[in-house]
Amino acid sequence: MAECCATDNGNKKKTYYIPSLLISFAVLIYIFLEQGVDFLIYGILKLDKSAHLTETIRFFLYETPKVFILLTVIVFVVGIIRSFFSPEKTRKALEGKPLFIGNVMASTLGIVTPFCSCSAIPLFIGFVESGIPLGVTFSFLIAAPMINEVALVLLFGLFGWKTALLYASTGLLIAITSGWVIGRLKLERFVEEWVYEIKAGDFQMEERKVTFNDRIQAGYTAVVDIVSKVWIYIVAGIAVGAAVHGYVPENFMASLMGKGAWWSVPLVVLIGLPLYSNAAGFIPILQALLEKGAALGTALAFMMSVIGLSLPEMIILKKVIKLPLIIIFASIVAVGIMIVGFIFNWIY
Amino acid sequence: MNIEILGTGCAKCNKLEDMVKLAIQETGIKAEIGHVHDIKKIMEYGVMTTPALVIDGKVKVAGKLPSLADIKQMIGGK
Repeated sequence: MAECCATDNGNKKKTYYIPSLLISFAVLIYIFLEQGVDFLIYGILKLDKSAHLTETIRFFLYETPKVFILLTVIVFVVGIIRSFFSPEKTRKALEGKPLFIGNVMASTLGIVTPFCSCSAIPLFIGFVESGIPLGVTFSFLIAAPMINEVALVLLFGLFGWKTALLYASTGLLIAITSGWVIGRLKLERFVEEWVYEIKAGDFQMEERKVTFNDRIQAGYTAVVDIVSKVWIYIVAGIAVGAAVHGYVPENFMASLMGKGAWWSVPLVVLIGLPLYSNAAGFIPILQALLEKGAALGTALAFMMSVIGLSLPEMIILKKVIKLPLIIIFASIVAVGIMIVGFIFNWIY
Repeated sequence: MNIEILGTGCAKCNKLEDMVKLAIQETGIKAEIGHVHDIKKIMEYGVMTTPALVIDGKVKVAGKLPSLADIKQMIGGK
């Protein structure tokens, strides 16, 4: 819900060489960051290597710039990629697609199509109106928030590319299968009748030619929009994470969220479902928990349930779909997330 | 000229209304402004993302907040 509706601040004079310069500069900082922080802490400030506080400060000083560099670069790139997509185009692409292929396409497009949950209702109606099956529509609605670019960045930065890839692919898998199951269950009767009565007009916006500079601009806009919204959560999250990193004893989380505690997977999903938190603040804390013995599957399940589904979104959707379908939708996604959690705990 | 803002009540939608009013004031163009909140009416334009800006029945912008300069250009001012 945080990453909402792009703003266009109208500054179109910037050109393409500035971002390429900035990106190379950012990569340079990124490479030398660890040495720089170590030099500052041990060389200049001469802090005690074994102290809890030193570890905490080091974690914070290292992770904060790292996450921000990654965030800026990736949000910029995603902003450019998204300028090629729109909900209207996605709808066109999905029209007339059979169930399974439709689910796969809807989930994949859900990642790249700019979408905010404040538009969930018109989008839902628009999809259903143009004959896109309910199951395919749900695949889109599940994938769009669940596979979040900020979460992807943080996972990549804090856990490495394997975890980021696993998160994206399992998120896709959940969106595809949940949508497919909803499609097979034939739940159209739980859509409010008035949705089918709406006569949606054809989209008649004049196509303005989008130039390369416009796309670069879209990248800038995305960075300003998202970073200005999430920076505070990131700093807070890293601060909490740093404290956990420095002060909580090793293996403290093992009994609570460890592999042995199988019940923790359904428990964290149930806790996480109604909650909505910014992935940005959540993931640095998660990293610290993992370090202290929490299992990866449990942690991922927790994160997905927090960012993928939320009570506010359900309340918004209540306007167009009846309660039984909302419950079925939430339960299918919850079960999907739990399965992912169990599988991860089993593999690792 | 007839200008309509399509919005489900989100913050950006209200911002758009303010900006359109400002654009009209600054350019001195005569126009009637309406804010459509009803989802059924919004859908009749085929718009799936709000806020959207409709000028004389034509959808000009959907799903994002245009800049003030863009709005002025769309309503025909300089």
